[in-house]
Amino acid sequence: MTGRRSRALGLATAAALATVPLVVRRDDVLNFLFLVLLSVTLAESWNIVAGYAGQVNLGHAAFFGLGALTTRALWIAGAPVLGAMVAGAAVAVGFALLIGAAAFRLRGAYFAIGTLALGEILRITVGNVRAEISTLPAATIAGYRLAHRYYLALALAAAAVAVVAALGGSRLGLGMRAIREDEEAAEASGVGALRLKLLALALSTALAGLAGGLFAYYHISYYPAHPFSPTWTFDALLITFIGGVGTVHGPVLGAVFYVFLKEYLAIRWVDFHLLIFGLLFVAIVLLLPGGLVEAAARLGALARARVLTAIRK
Amino acid sequence: MTPLFQQLVLGLLIGGLYGLAAAGLSLVFGVLKVLNVAHGQLIMLGGYGAFWLFALRGLDPFASLAVVIPAALVAGGVLYWTLFGWVVRAPEETRVKNSLLIGFGLALALEAAAVRLWTADERSVTTGYAGAVLTVAGLAVPVVRLASLALALALCGGLHLVLARWRWGRAIRATAEDWEAALMTGIDVRRAYLLAFALGTALAGAAGTLVSVGYSISPSIGLEWTLKALIVVVLAGLGSMLGTFVGGLVLGLAEAVSATVFGGPYREVVGLVVFFVVLVARPRGLFVR
Repeated sequence: MTGRRSRALGLATAAALATVPLVVRRDDVLNFLFLVLLSVTLAESWNIVAGYAGQVNLGHAAFFGLGALTTRALWIAGAPVLGAMVAGAAVAVGFALLIGAAAFRLRGAYFAIGTLALGEILRITVGNVRAEISTLPAATIAGYRLAHRYYLALALAAAAVAVVAALGGSRLGLGMRAIREDEEAAEASGVGALRLKLLALALSTALAGLAGGLFAYYHISYYPAHPFSPTWTFDALLITFIGGVGTVHGPVLGAVFYVFLKEYLAIRWVDFHLLIFGLLFVAIVLLLPGGLVEAAARLGALARARVLTAIRK
Repeated sequence: MTPLFQQLVLGLLIGGLYGLAAAGLSLVFGVLKVLNVAHGQLIMLGGYGAFWLFALRGLDPFASLAVVIPAALVAGGVLYWTLFGWVVRAPEETRVKNSLLIGFGLALALEAAAVRLWTADERSVTTGYAGAVLTVAGLAVPVVRLASLALALALCGGLHLVLARWRWGRAIRATAEDWEAALMTGIDVRRAYLLAFALGTALAGAAGTLVSVGYSISPSIGLEWTLKALIVVVLAGLGSMLGTFVGGLVLGLAEAVSATVFGGPYREVVGLVVFFVVLVARPRGLFVR
């Protein structure tokens, strides 16, 4: 897709989604779309570091969790929710920069297992310190408006997609991709690898922190350690790879597909979607590294070739 | 002081299983340069194998090792043929990264399958002698766990002998050292890979069986055991099975100390912190012999 066409399509989709709460009065539809939008944000944020800069971050849930933890605490204490979310993102980015320089000494798979360990350290610690379930005060529950959460999720998802799209053609994005392909070669041609990787991580964790804040704003009650669970990382990874890692619209397609199948299957079999997505993911890594986006492109090319040969005949 | 010593005894006992769990991962990683993060899920399946044999056939869990180990050997061969054999053609860095991703997808699928088959409940194999406890110098030593420790040591020692003496064991070591040189001396490198992967899976199966006897299993224990095995591999380095076993004991002891000092819930944290620090301190030299 060309830039202008995909931008128009993106805007049209966002506009259509913005009218949904006005037209549809069913909470289940809004809740479903909320989950899709949250997943889009989380997957796009993961995509910046993994897809563009090529660093598989398996501790992504830590930043989502920090955003949730901070936002929830400030918001319940009386701060306006948007301010609390920004603070949550700041804490996530702060932690990312704190550990980033150390973690980026690790390359490839070692970065992946190192960040996995970091995420688990945070999850266990938060689970120990804040073991009680966090529930909203009765007054807040009484004034709960799903549409507010929905619009916030839509704005955040749109922002995440826009950030990744803007990154795509920019100098920064090109530098990140150069690091992904060959870090030594990128350094040799003047790309400051560590600086760019830290920048990618900061962008990624800011979005993850905001997504965590949204989670804290949306849920009435949850265990504070829950948003730190590695499942959030795994969801982001599956969605991004299935959709198309390192592309703008891959994680969007992936999120729609993933959340739809997950919710559909959950009616009868809880967690069964992981069996399907685990195997699908393996197949994609082995056979179709570009995910659904590449599959669509290949099918498109095949169809065009068919049409052309038919015309020539 | 007694609570600390008691914790240390228990730490040592589970440390043997950490060592056994790590031995399989270390063998596969050292030889194939394949990082199988589904290793913990293979341990989990080994545990359910023993649980099934006990619940359905009444087979003693220690005797069921004679069934679980060969079955895991075959399962490892199948996994190599269908999945991990595909990535060994890639250059080393891509190989490690792609195997991590494949292992990851496999881990999710196996865990979901285990929930379908056995539900998410915790299980353990409770034999007639499960409650037996030896008392040594005022410290309680559960007999089953002591037997598990001994078996873990025996299996690591056995693997050491296999690698040192057996023709194919030497071929596996040569392949780990330098696969191109091994290929030139006429070693069938692909078969060495297959054997190493199957042996690693068999060790996971054995570890799972021992976990199901002295401790408990559930579909979600995989990630935890993968991390334990990774921590031990990072602590002990590659290349020596007995070194890996000792690394497991060290982790068990370190967890015991941390549980006593910082409280039980922080048992897991110390290993992870050490893991991260060691990893960052030696980002490249770590897995080099």
